Amino acid sequence: MQRNLLEIKDLNVTFTTDEGTFNAVENVSFHVGRGEIVGLVGESGCGKSVTALSILRLIPSPPGRIERGNIFFKGKDLLKMSFGDMRRFRGRAISMIFQEPVAALSPLHRIGQQMKEVLILHKKISKEKAKQISIEWLEKVKIPDAKEKMVAYPHQLSGGMQQRVMIAMALMLDPDLIIADEPTTALDVTVQAQVFELILEMKQKHTSILLITHDMGVIWEMCDRVLVMYAARIAEEANRNDIFSNPAHPYTQGLLKSIPKLSTDGKRLKTINGHVPSPTNYPSGCHFRDRCPFAFDRCREEEPPLFDIAKEHMAACFLIQQRELLNKSGE
Amino acid sequence: MSKIMDLQGIKSSVIEIKDLKTWFPIQRGILSKTAGYVRAVDGISLTIGRGEIVGLVGESGCGKSTLGRTIVGLEKAWKGTVFFQGQNLFTLNRRDRRQVTRKLQIIFQDPLSSLNPRMNVFDIVTEGLVEFGMIEGNRDDHAKRLLNEAGLEGDVIFRYPHEFSGGQRQRINIARAISMRPDFIVCDEPVSALDVSVQAQVINLLIDLRDTHNLSYLFISHDLSVVSSIANRVAVMYLGILAEYGSTVDVIDHPMHPYTIALISAVPVPGRDKKKRIVLEGETPSPSAPPPGCRFHTRCPEVMKVCRVKVPSMTRSGTRQVWCHLY
Ligand SMILES: Nc1ncnc2c1ncn2[C@@H]1O[C@H](COP(=O)(O)OP(=O)(O)OP(=O)(O)O)[C@@H](O)[C@H]1O
Ligand SMILES: Nc1ncnc2c1ncn2[C@@H]1O[C@H](COP(=O)(O)OP(=O)(O)OP(=O)(O)O)[C@@H](O)[C@H]1O
Ligand code: SF4
Ligand SMILES: [Mg+2]
Ligand SMILES: [Mg+2]
Repeated sequence: MQRNLLEIKDLNVTFTTDEGTFNAVENVSFHVGRGEIVGLVGESGCGKSVTALSILRLIPSPPGRIERGNIFFKGKDLLKMSFGDMRRFRGRAISMIFQEPVAALSPLHRIGQQMKEVLILHKKISKEKAKQISIEWLEKVKIPDAKEKMVAYPHQLSGGMQQRVMIAMALMLDPDLIIADEPTTALDVTVQAQVFELILEMKQKHTSILLITHDMGVIWEMCDRVLVMYAARIAEEANRNDIFSNPAHPYTQGLLKSIPKLSTDGKRLKTINGHVPSPTNYPSGCHFRDRCPFAFDRCREEEPPLFDIAKEHMAACFLIQQRELLNKSGE
Repeated sequence: MSKIMDLQGIKSSVIEIKDLKTWFPIQRGILSKTAGYVRAVDGISLTIGRGEIVGLVGESGCGKSTLGRTIVGLEKAWKGTVFFQGQNLFTLNRRDRRQVTRKLQIIFQDPLSSLNPRMNVFDIVTEGLVEFGMIEGNRDDHAKRLLNEAGLEGDVIFRYPHEFSGGQRQRINIARAISMRPDFIVCDEPVSALDVSVQAQVINLLIDLRDTHNLSYLFISHDLSVVSSIANRVAVMYLGILAEYGSTVDVIDHPMHPYTIALISAVPVPGRDKKKRIVLEGETPSPSAPPPGCRFHTRCPEVMKVCRVKVPSMTRSGTRQVWCHLY
């Protein structure tokens, strides 16, 4: 079982707030292979960041709690590891690009200082060497006047530049796994393109990447495999081509139809009816059933498990089983 | 899809912008001496026809919001003029300005911070109507009618902004904007904070309202796919000025300016080969000290000698305008 770098099994995370306890992540299982880029998409609040933070055991507790599950990294269960061991893993073996740059950068220290310290701690190199590597990486993420920017405090940089500093810090340690949570939201498409080139270079060196985004265009360009989440659960998992050409879950189908196209066919955008429910109000059975054009009785009564469709392609929808039964009876 | 009026005819234009400049002074030191200017908008001319949706795209910080805010009077122009249905907005007296600015509305990116948290939906939507004495019939009915137009149920009127999702909040903003019976709305990144599936609902709503009320929009977005799905025409901005302006088909499907070409090639599109992408080198220069000649020359893959010294003048190609020495 050493095939996959990361293997998540049956992860469940809850939050307890004034409105009660709810599942932010429910029965989530997936894996990331070596040198693989796996995309994680879904609407705001569906549990993407919570899944990512769980891997590094960074869920704030309270209010959050990892109720159950395993997160195997190189075969070791991270959830059973001591905090000391975990800290050593963070950064060197697994590094994270956070959705909010403020979360990762200390406001009190110059960015060069922060970069050097991390390098010295994890790579055991000299100050001089650390400084040189830091500048190199700031240049790689296209920070202008990298040398001068070494002495800047985070607040002296624009949001886009802070994001790039954080990307540099995540990549420079040469980790085995990079978790990138919406890494380019503050960047222009032209700078985004530059950052993606860097991430693809890391992949060439067999680094694995879990890439969280809501942009299906980014998924297309970057990912080998895709996980679609809806309301705390995995709705569909497939390789990139199957997600786009053969989506099986009605949510994935609706999502793909509603993305605007970069062309001027003048067609009206298709939409998914209704709104995303709040996590304290997820419907019984299938979480998508209130908005699903195909929902039937069973969808209200039971939670659909992931059904196999093809190799590496699964979706949590009863229609798949039904279709299979129909096909069999028709034979 | 389009109701493009006579593009050349100034009579049918709702907004006509002439050589508009909005600069912000940079203050330094204790004496607040002006050390220079951020030339956020630095000489833009463009015309928006009735019923038209003009998309405005460009890098972060290139001046899109400042242009939109200057048109509706939230920012003071440094130079130039804005005509609204033939009237010069900058020379109006106070009373006329009040009546005219009612017809110019703006919708912002963040639907929550632009709604007063202490006002319920009913008050938010009818505030302006009361101020201008525009209530038709029963006030409740009028509010409900507006909310229905924006795709909300009438029974939400006594709820507060925080009780709604992002998409619903943006609908409340839209209901408030259309309550003033505007002719022109600046939509500043109206769907950027919304989920993909909600985004499509709001885009469709804006198109429907344009059709039923013959509205015109300046639709600002950094997302070219969103713009191409809603706009009749597209204006591409770079560092305070226009690079290219023309019909959506021309600009998106057949871009001419090297910046437009790079911008469009950098958009990740499902099914498209990313190898065709043009990766721009370098950083956007500062808007307080734009490069001489063509402002794009420091990053342009096609740069020629002349570009470094001479500002390109506008070239017409059909109904499209482009500012580049290649043409
Ligand atoms: N610290 C917290 N306290 C309470 N609830 C939380 C906390 N962090 C996350 N949640 C809730 O858990 C759910 C999942 O949140 P998560 O941040 O994983 O969403 P997401 O998929 O990353 O969304 P987005 O696309 O907006 O980043 C949400 O309902 C969120 O409100
Ligand atoms: N009130 C202000 N005072 C000083 N400078 C300003 C002010 N408002 C905007 N600017 C500057 O003017 C330039 C243009 O800003 P603007 O907000 O118009 O850009 P934008 O194209 O809307 O960018 P974004 O896509 O990030 O919203 C930027 O350099 C910005 O820092
Ligand atoms: S004018 Fe010259 S520098 Fe500017 S875009 Fe055209 S070719 Fe490039
Ligand atoms: Mg998130
Ligand atoms: Mg803006």
